[in-house]
Amino acid sequence: MEKLLGEFSFGLFIWQTAIVVALLLMLRKFAWKPILNTINEREAGIRSAMKSAEEARAEMQNLQADNERILKEARAERDGLLKEARELRQKMIDDAKGEAKVQAEQLIAQAKEAIENEKQVAITSLKNEVADLSLQIAETLTKEQLSSDKKQTELVQKLLKDVDLKA
Amino acid sequence: MKRALLVFFTLLLATHAFAVSNDKEPEKKGSLKDEIKAYIQHHLKDSHDFYLGSYKDGDKKKYVGYIGLPVILWDNGLVLFSSTKFKHGKAVVSKGSSHYKLYHGKIYKTDVAGTINYDDAHHAVNEKPLDLSMTKSVMTMLFTALLMFFLFRSLAQSYAKNGGVAAGIGRFFEPIILYVRDDIAIPNIGEKHHGRYMSFLLTVFFFIWFLNLLGLTPLGINVTGNIAVTFGLALLTFLLTNLTANKNYWAHIFWMPGVPIPMKILLMPIELLGVIIKPFSLLIRLYANMQAGHIVLMSLVGLMFIFNNWLGSSLSFLLAFAISLIELLVAALQAYIFTMLSALYFGFAVEEHHDEAH
Repeated sequence: MEKLLGEFSFGLFIWQTAIVVALLLMLRKFAWKPILNTINEREAGIRSAMKSAEEARAEMQNLQADNERILKEARAERDGLLKEARELRQKMIDDAKGEAKVQAEQLIAQAKEAIENEKQVAITSLKNEVADLSLQIAETLTKEQLSSDKKQTELVQKLLKDVDLKA
Repeated sequence: MKRALLVFFTLLLATHAFAVSNDKEPEKKGSLKDEIKAYIQHHLKDSHDFYLGSYKDGDKKKYVGYIGLPVILWDNGLVLFSSTKFKHGKAVVSKGSSHYKLYHGKIYKTDVAGTINYDDAHHAVNEKPLDLSMTKSVMTMLFTALLMFFLFRSLAQSYAKNGGVAAGIGRFFEPIILYVRDDIAIPNIGEKHHGRYMSFLLTVFFFIWFLNLLGLTPLGINVTGNIAVTFGLALLTFLLTNLTANKNYWAHIFWMPGVPIPMKILLMPIELLGVIIKPFSLLIRLYANMQAGHIVLMSLVGLMFIFNNWLGSSLSFLLAFAISLIELLVAALQAYIFTMLSALYFGFAVEEHHDEAH
């Protein structure tokens, strides 16, 4: 310890302290501050660049997701539209078919009715015709038959016979 | 490249030590050991002059690459002269009515003849003036400070010129600055307060690291292995810790929350002692580690000349080489530990109050 103290040089201590303190102040002003500031700025720059890159990537992903979603929606819409159109077409066809059927049935019904009417008319006129004809025939026949007495008696006889039978 | 450099430096270190043993007169083994020991002792200390190496030419000691450094004394007034005037401790320097002599790396006031008086334990008892000389360590620190200033200022400027991207040599240090911030400052101090201490932590980290690395060069520099230097660094940590401490920190020292009152009284002196011991451990740890590294490395180099045969000497060389590699790691490790523990103490000082954790 004594040797250690004996070695201690006060002058060297003074110089050392002065040099280090002066060096410290000089370097702080001219070196450490600008160096550390630059490094910090650079690090901040790198950090913000990385952050914005990350953000851009996230945005890209969002956009991509959006695109996909929109595409999907569009596809779904198209499918929907197609389906609707198909259904509409089917419905139109069905409707048309139904209407046509109804109309046809109506027509058929009308036709049937008309035919029936015609038939009735025809039958009626036929009946009248037959009645007229029958009358004419009967007239003619009666005229002829009643021309002789014998024949008249015969007829009365016959008619009476029929009456008798009916009773 | 690094390895090649290291080999080169180790070789240089070897020549450094070789200069010691290159004696003309035949000597006993013991005196060579003593000489190596003295040389290591001398190396570990700060010095008033700088030289690359020395050798003996006859009786004279010759120096290679010798540079005198300014001697600054405060002795009832400022005294200034070059350390060359001491002539390595042989000459007495007279300034006005005062006379100074260099003895074992320290400057003493003497009479005209340069007489040194000793006490019983053979310690010089002459008066010592306040020595504020620009010693080898001071010069090295100044050099390191300038190097750091230009290095990191150029890094700061390269950001401005290069659009926030590091260029040039500073590029190498940017990850280390980030490491200090992300792995030393923020985990220990916390995200909120670390900014206040970043300048200190960075300065201290690089200062210690660079000085440790300079200590591995063959220039014979041992700055961070000097107790005055580590004391100065630890003192700054101590001051910064206690001057920026919040209420919570002082509460933990003087009136530990969440323990019974007798315990609070018992803990107060212990915690108070801890305030001193924490930075004290910093200064001792750095000093002892660097000092020990230098002693081991130089001893191993010295061993080569003690063995003085191809097997032992080459083994010592390999060992010295391995230790050099370890010292390279230690240089960074000690800087890291000092910074890390400083950050930890700062973290205690600014820790926010929280009830559950006790």
